[in-house]
Amino acid sequence: MDSIISTKDLRKTFRGQRGNVEAVRGVSFDVNRGEIFGFLGPNGAGKTTTIKMLTTVLAPTSGQIRIAGHDPVREPMLVRRAFGIVFQDPSLDDELTAQENLALHAALYGVPRKEQTQRIEALLGFVGLWERRGDYVKQYSGGMKRRLEIARAFLHQPRLLFLDEPTLGLDPQTRSLIWDFVKGLAKEQSVTVFFTTHAMEEAERVADDITVIDHGRIVAEGTAAMLREATATSSLEEAFIALTGRDIREDEASPAERMRMVRRAWRGR
Amino acid sequence: MRAVWILWLRQLKRYSRSRARIVGSLGQPLLFLFALGFGFGPVFARAGNGSYMEFVTPGIITMAIVFTAVFGGIEMIWDRQFGFLKETLVAPVPRLAIVIGRTSGGATVALLQGLIVFVVCLLAGFRVHHPLLLPLALAFMGLISMLFTAIGSVLRDMQGFQLILNFLVLPLFFFSNALFPLAGLPAPLRTVVLLNPLSYGVAGMRAAFSGGIGFDMATDFAVLGAAAAFSLGISSLLFSRIEA
Repeated sequence: MDSIISTKDLRKTFRGQRGNVEAVRGVSFDVNRGEIFGFLGPNGAGKTTTIKMLTTVLAPTSGQIRIAGHDPVREPMLVRRAFGIVFQDPSLDDELTAQENLALHAALYGVPRKEQTQRIEALLGFVGLWERRGDYVKQYSGGMKRRLEIARAFLHQPRLLFLDEPTLGLDPQTRSLIWDFVKGLAKEQSVTVFFTTHAMEEAERVADDITVIDHGRIVAEGTAAMLREATATSSLEEAFIALTGRDIREDEASPAERMRMVRRAWRGR
Repeated sequence: MRAVWILWLRQLKRYSRSRARIVGSLGQPLLFLFALGFGFGPVFARAGNGSYMEFVTPGIITMAIVFTAVFGGIEMIWDRQFGFLKETLVAPVPRLAIVIGRTSGGATVALLQGLIVFVVCLLAGFRVHHPLLLPLALAFMGLISMLFTAIGSVLRDMQGFQLILNFLVLPLFFFSNALFPLAGLPAPLRTVVLLNPLSYGVAGMRAAFSGGIGFDMATDFAVLGAAAAFSLGISSLLFSRIEA
């Protein structure tokens, strides 16, 4: 009973006009407390759907989930309190300052007011944004926004942190900095980290344990070394391709991607 | 509750920081005020209806409120598609608290915009006959703000925005008693105006400004209140079904 995430035969079927889509088809895995867990898979493999079910925003079609001992469907509030999350796309309010974004988060999560100021100062200091705390987030670069989101995810002292492609689109310097922050904070507050990425060398470097999902099923589990050995390859990237094949997955543009283009047209950026 | 308060405060901060939005959404109602108010004034007076400025001011305030409230729906679209909504959806806060926080914030912004227009109308020559009834006028403004903020918050994308604006919001505004009096309207139009909940809001506000308190005003209040409660219920229901 030392797992903070535990799923049993988890399934999600989306019903649509063009037939049902089985996005997740019977997934069972465990994430141990305190580890850094990499959840890998090609586009459309079922990663995002799984994360959504773990984080209470999507109800499973069948199967069981326990997050820190709670069921996301029956006890969503307890589960939400237990985890912090950094989404793939920024989820900050651009029109507020960094400090205001954190204060808003603290209010939503019921962080005691007395501790709020002190924690915000410590976290902003840790990710190197204390001097820029009063700037509007819209003035921040992509890497700064990511750092701020990581600080925010730790603000309510979660036991578990979800990172959905946390380093997407960042330069190598920022990527390594982001992982330094995540690992530093996770160690300091003994937080379990669950992350997804397409950067295999990154997963190889930081993950204690890796699970590979494809076509809604788990195809491999173990450390990076174990996966390399099982596939007789010399890097995780090669192991990943050996496990999931060379076919390119055509992903439809998500509503977020379409809207991003609309917004660019509207706001002139 | 703290979550409701912080989400309300967020809407207000965003509003107070976007001066372009404040000034921009004043343009349309002021154009109507000056063009219609002064343009139709002589005809209106000759027809024996008194001062058109007096008549149309509640309609113009309503216009400012309605449009600010519905345009607030655009913010909801950005939030929905660009993540900030996700931050609230995974927070340990009931969906209802999020809806209440956002809607009250949006409605407060719309109300403030209405008050700015009210002040401009005062400067343009509008007279309040019974200052003591101003709180009642404010209550009507508040209900209109809530009704239309709720309507705006069901928007999912920009196409939907066009649809709601042209087929719901503009008809509701133009087929109400905001710009013309009910007396002497052709029967079908009269029926439409009487079926429109916004008419009761405008009538109530007008009565509060001119001192016509009475049974009618209670009806106005009840109809508008019911419409606001209904639309808030629908928007809460839709919001509770969002899957991020």
